Amino acid sequence: MSDHRTVLSLRGATKRFGGLIAVNDLDFDVAEHEVLGLIGPNGSGKSTTLNLISGALPVSGGTISLNSQIISTLPAQQITRRGVARTFQLVRLLPSMTVFENVMAGAVFGHRRRWGHEAEAHVMRMLELVGLDRRAHAHPSELTYIDTKRVELARVLVGDPKVLLLDEWLAGLNPTELEEGISLVRKLRDDGRTIVLVEHVMDAIRSLCDRCVVMSSGVKIAEGATEAVLNDPEVIRAYLGEDDA
Amino acid sequence: MGILITGLLLGGTYALIAMGLNLQYGMSRIMNLANGEMLVAGGFAAFWFWTAGNVSPLLTIFLLAPVAFFVNWLIYVVILRPLVKRAKSRGQLEVDAILTTFGLSFVAVGLMLATFGGDYFSYQYLLKPVELLYDTYSLNRLVAFLAAVVICGALYLWLNHSRAGMSIRAIAVAPDSARLVGINVPRLSALAFALGGAVTAVGGALISTFLTLDASTGVIFTLKALIIVIMGGVGDVRGTIVAALMLGILETFVARVIDPGLTLAAAYLLFILILLFRPQGLFGRKQT
Amino acid sequence: MNKSTYSDVLIGVVLLALAACLPWVVGDFAVTLAVNIAMFTVLATSWALFSGPTHYISLATAAFFGLGTYTAGIGLDYLPFWVLIPLAGVFGAVMAGLIGLATLRLSGVYFVIFTLGLAEMTRQVITYIQNATGQKGILISIWFMETTFYWMLVGLAAVIFIVGWLIGRSRLGFALRIIGDDEEVARHSGINTALSKVLLFMIPGAVAAMTGAMMAPRYGYIEPLIAFTPMLSFQVVIMALLGGTGRLWGPIVGVIPFSILWELISASFPNQTTLLLGLCFLAIVYLLPNGFVGLLLKIRARVSQGEGF
Repeated sequence: MSDHRTVLSLRGATKRFGGLIAVNDLDFDVAEHEVLGLIGPNGSGKSTTLNLISGALPVSGGTISLNSQIISTLPAQQITRRGVARTFQLVRLLPSMTVFENVMAGAVFGHRRRWGHEAEAHVMRMLELVGLDRRAHAHPSELTYIDTKRVELARVLVGDPKVLLLDEWLAGLNPTELEEGISLVRKLRDDGRTIVLVEHVMDAIRSLCDRCVVMSSGVKIAEGATEAVLNDPEVIRAYLGEDDA
Repeated sequence: MGILITGLLLGGTYALIAMGLNLQYGMSRIMNLANGEMLVAGGFAAFWFWTAGNVSPLLTIFLLAPVAFFVNWLIYVVILRPLVKRAKSRGQLEVDAILTTFGLSFVAVGLMLATFGGDYFSYQYLLKPVELLYDTYSLNRLVAFLAAVVICGALYLWLNHSRAGMSIRAIAVAPDSARLVGINVPRLSALAFALGGAVTAVGGALISTFLTLDASTGVIFTLKALIIVIMGGVGDVRGTIVAALMLGILETFVARVIDPGLTLAAAYLLFILILLFRPQGLFGRKQT
Repeated sequence: MNKSTYSDVLIGVVLLALAACLPWVVGDFAVTLAVNIAMFTVLATSWALFSGPTHYISLATAAFFGLGTYTAGIGLDYLPFWVLIPLAGVFGAVMAGLIGLATLRLSGVYFVIFTLGLAEMTRQVITYIQNATGQKGILISIWFMETTFYWMLVGLAAVIFIVGWLIGRSRLGFALRIIGDDEEVARHSGINTALSKVLLFMIPGAVAAMTGAMMAPRYGYIEPLIAFTPMLSFQVVIMALLGGTGRLWGPIVGVIPFSILWELISASFPNQTTLLLGLCFLAIVYLLPNGFVGLLLKIRARVSQGEGF
């Protein structure tokens, strides 16, 4: 489709929890500079897939590669160092540190490691990007919900990751905040970032993603251009359930 | 062979003690480092009743259990529940619980020293030999073992077949989900803690029939109970029993064949091996 | 990152100089007390370097201390005293590294339990070895004045403060604060959490061992019960937590009052020291969860807030 090279590649990725197969033989690729939507009804295995990619969970089978190098056998910290960064479904900010220090954490230990003045300058740049430069010394407890999400985004961006995994980053936002959130992710896309977006908010998927992978019960049921996929009867059936298609 | 049986007898009693800790740590999530002191207190009670009134420890147990239950329940509600409420994370609660129960264990030891003095105490009870499978064992160990088996068995049945018991197990596995199904988590946590304390005290009374105790030996029992619980898998009843038997046999083996002074070191070695190769214990579930 | 200004450094140097001059100003009994305070300062501050940011409560201090004492006791036949101290430090670091590799990958509870029994177990093993080889205790043939011990400890304390200050400004220090806040986030930020914890744990291990080696001549006669006093671990934990681990100078604030209190209780009610320990633990958890440092910082924040409005 594009002549951009493949950055992230899953081949036969599988995750078993005892008898339950949460992710079943999953194959897909993510090309450089693309925004891939990973969607599906609740329990389809989307978040588990992100956990497999980021190393939060080990794979039960299959491989995951970053720029042709297998990362599925590595621990989470090494995967981050190689260039995969992710946000969490429930925002996790470091409670004892300021906004600035939180983002600094990503700058010092992320994919592109910086220290001292260089790191501080880069942190301020990221805070400006997400719109928090004037709240750099606030504490997480003082922030609004969307602001905490901005901090987390800055923290994952500041290390210059090769792939960004956004785990329902737009969830729980009111309409105004949602607008701001979508335009922020759009800015990232325009900057050329490679993003895998796990989302339920269909407006966001439509306006941000070029391509989508749809999962249901751990299996990939569709893949392709966003509009085509969202009109696929199979996909609609998966979301609405067998009874009303 | 003799080692095996003596080890099993010892292990059986250990199982009872570890069950107490298992109920407290596995189910009400409190790492009770004062567990050993509760054991010693139970032993003291048995000693006192025997030497003062010739009351058999087996009878003392029936008085001891409800008293210990009440005391532990009080401890949970007054001292520990505020920690549960104010802890922002499970890790925080664990640290607070450790420090608090540590403090309690020292207070308990201090009080026991003040009341009973620092002497060892032991007494002769059922010190009659029994012939079993070509070897001689002491009747008191046998009786203690049988009592432990009965109590452990009763606990196992209760935990697996009664409503309250299963609710407690639910809390151990998934406290948040348990709350959603209508289980009164705070009340049952208190119940589990109190029950655990009662079981430990009873175990202490039984162990005092054949071991020498003093005010400061509590910590060694705490350590052994902890090792057993972790080895067997936190919250798992069968695991605790199996691990306790294993420890009993290992200790007896080391005491007879190598040196009685190395029993703790042997238990430790076992602990290290478990930590290195199977930290979730023999029967435990791997933490995600 | 902590902002350490040069005025902080200056204050530190001045206080250090004052501390060093102490023996010339006070009488003999005070110097003995000062030696104890200095020793606990060294132990508690190095303890807090690790257990403060990571929240892993280490009870292994007595084990490392005993290791150092025995290194000195056995080694004095072969090596000069001044070589034995850093050697003990190396042994302590190695032992800490091994313990760390075994237990720090897991949750804090396993670590606490393991370190709890470590001193007891080491004592058992050494008693066994002594019984097996027939050797009873070790007699230390060298002797120093109390003031020498005091200065050795003050010197070691200075080193620890410098190391602690440097770590606070370093990547490792930052990594550990992050680990202490949220270990999962730390991992996903790219921090090798296991390695960071193990490396940092080697510091209190080495320091406690060196302290044990330094104190060996003060005991004169080394026996397992003397070298491995489990009480030591608990005292160190209480002092550090009482003072507060949020600042480098926190533990000292706990060491001084607790040492004095301990002396008083030991003198008047020698059997109730255990009770005292227990009550202190409870007091810390309920009244001073962040130590005196935490209390001071809270007061300061409230005062500045009050002024703001």
